[in-house]
Amino acid sequence: MSRSDYIIRRIGMAALTVVFAVVMNFFLFRVLPGDPAKAGIRDPRLTAAAQQSIRERFGLDKPLLINLEGNPFDSQFFRYFGNLLQGDLGISYNFNRPVADLLRERLINTVLLVGVGEVLAIIIGVALGLLAAWRRGTAIDVGVLLFGLFTWALPTFFLAIILLIIGSTFLGLPVAGIRTAGGASDPWSQIVDVGRHMMMPTLTLTIILLGEFMLIMRSSLLEVLSEDYILTAKAKGLSDWVILRDHAMRNAMLPMIALIALTLGFTVSGSILIESVFSWPGLGSAVFEAVGRRDFPMLQGAFMLFTVSVILANTAADLLYAALDPRVSV
Amino acid sequence: MLLDVRNLTTEFTTPEGARLRAVEGVSFTLGRGEALGIVGESGCGKTTAMLSLLRLLPAAGRVVAGEVLFAGDDLLRLTPAELRERRWRDLSIVFQGAMNALNPVRSVGDQIREAILAHMPWPRDKVGARVSELLELVGIPAWRAAQFPHQYSGGMRQRAMIAMALACNPQLVVADEPTTALDVMVQAQIIDLLDRLRRDLDLAMIIVTHDLGVVAEACQQVLVMYGGRVAEHGPVERVFAAPRHPYTQMLLKAFPTIEHRGAPMVGIPGSPPRLSDLPAGCRFHPRCPLAVERCRVETPEPRAVGEGHVAACHLV
Ligand SMILES: Nc1ncnc2c1ncn2[C@@H]1O[C@H](COP(=O)(O)OP(=O)(O)OP(=O)(O)O)[C@@H](O)[C@H]1O
Ligand SMILES: [Mg+2]
Repeated sequence: MSRSDYIIRRIGMAALTVVFAVVMNFFLFRVLPGDPAKAGIRDPRLTAAAQQSIRERFGLDKPLLINLEGNPFDSQFFRYFGNLLQGDLGISYNFNRPVADLLRERLINTVLLVGVGEVLAIIIGVALGLLAAWRRGTAIDVGVLLFGLFTWALPTFFLAIILLIIGSTFLGLPVAGIRTAGGASDPWSQIVDVGRHMMMPTLTLTIILLGEFMLIMRSSLLEVLSEDYILTAKAKGLSDWVILRDHAMRNAMLPMIALIALTLGFTVSGSILIESVFSWPGLGSAVFEAVGRRDFPMLQGAFMLFTVSVILANTAADLLYAALDPRVSV
Repeated sequence: MLLDVRNLTTEFTTPEGARLRAVEGVSFTLGRGEALGIVGESGCGKTTAMLSLLRLLPAAGRVVAGEVLFAGDDLLRLTPAELRERRWRDLSIVFQGAMNALNPVRSVGDQIREAILAHMPWPRDKVGARVSELLELVGIPAWRAAQFPHQYSGGMRQRAMIAMALACNPQLVVADEPTTALDVMVQAQIIDLLDRLRRDLDLAMIIVTHDLGVVAEACQQVLVMYGGRVAEHGPVERVFAAPRHPYTQMLLKAFPTIEHRGAPMVGIPGSPPRLSDLPAGCRFHPRCPLAVERCRVETPEPRAVGEGHVAACHLV
């Protein structure tokens, strides 16, 4: 099989997985105790118009799977699919607004937080892991190892609270949210304002991810450095730096790519703890609130987003891996 | 004289701090276009001796004595920058078990190109032409330069490694068990190839092997190692016709030859000594059928037993 066949097959598999996840998502929220849609309609906070809109959108009068009287596709299941294809994820019970819009707003905030945190963790983790492996057995190596093990073992919420206290008490950073209400409106001071809000949540995420990245990079590089081809490279008269750059790094990064993709897929959902501690208006805190308020449409939408992001990250990792490692059987 | 190794001695430091002598007092010389075969049981220090003279030992290993004079310069005293410059241009190595000696994520051609460019600032097309020429020299079609090591067979990988070793026209190539793990036909091809290259390019060669047939076919000198020391060393025809050290004699008897089809094959009872607990006196005495009291207490030094022929045994 050729390489392009592999890519097509891999993307096809990802698409299939997404479809499967979407189907699962439909049934998951229908087997949950208490009919979600009815629970929503009973909520006294909703206006009569919203109740009507929900009834229509969810087609509560329709049968679950297949409509046996009339158009067979006029059922809840196929409506769910149809609406989904049009980007309609329903109306949030809690906010009384389209879930798709809410998720989009929240997603941007989460991507900002996770993106910066992840990039920092990758850069610092890879650099420190490299340094430790290259200086194996020295004080630097021991320091990196201890720091890595310590931060890897640290509970997220604990670190978040400690950093929240440090940030607000000693550094005068804002305690919650993403913007200061009624702050200056020029773009520059807005950026600074968001940056100040972001600092501690990002730092928490970076430290939480850092330990694992560092340790995996270190052990991966140590393994590569003991390979025969490193000795060949040395015998060829290449300098240490060239050996590290052209022979060791690329091979050592392979396991890192898988790890980065995994954490990337999960941090979109896994930042729940960090977002709740810092009241960061992202997807994580949205899910946290939605659980508390039984906001099923919101949860259903968020779950789908999480699933899709994990699948996307894994597919991207596989494709990247195949591009970097010619041995990947295609 | 191209290479003059004198009294090479190498130690490994174990994690517990003990120092193990893996190679002790190894000396030999090699002229241009000449091939030396190094034989001996597994663990007797062949690879360690080769890595010592190329200064490629792992961190735990250190050359504690000796000189490696290459064209008059002691390789052991070169600065790291001088050493890098001379590696591959003057002397190159084909590693034991070439399976992993090539980087799996870079194409074979790319890795040969890298070796050339590290030493010669040639334009692209000249380097490309040289890569093709090298591959064809070892019988690999030039188009395969773009392929990766896993797309090659074991024999082809070994030949690609030899092509790479020749990239900068070295004067000496060290081949550490170049044919181990290959099938008999491919083994013969590789040995023929090495022998042909030696003649055509006037290469000096050191071939480490377990196969005495390879030594007989492709080498002019043979050096028999036992427990890190030289047991016997001399011209191949002399040593094979009249081995003087009991270990060499037993090694030759243990090796099946077509000429002596009828003769029984005799293994050497016992196993080589462990470095952590070497016997006093001659290291071979616990397994030697001829050992006398002196062998148990006094280490025999190599001494001349014929022209260019030395043996380290009290009984010669
Ligand atoms: N890195 C190391 N640390 C400690 N001891 C080592 C190390 N490398 C090799 N040795 C020891 O040095 C001795 C010689 O090993 P070496 O690899 O040179 O043997 P060899 O003759 O090449 O064997 P083989 O035929 O199996 O390749 C062995 O006893 C081995 O255990
Ligand atoms: Mg060896």
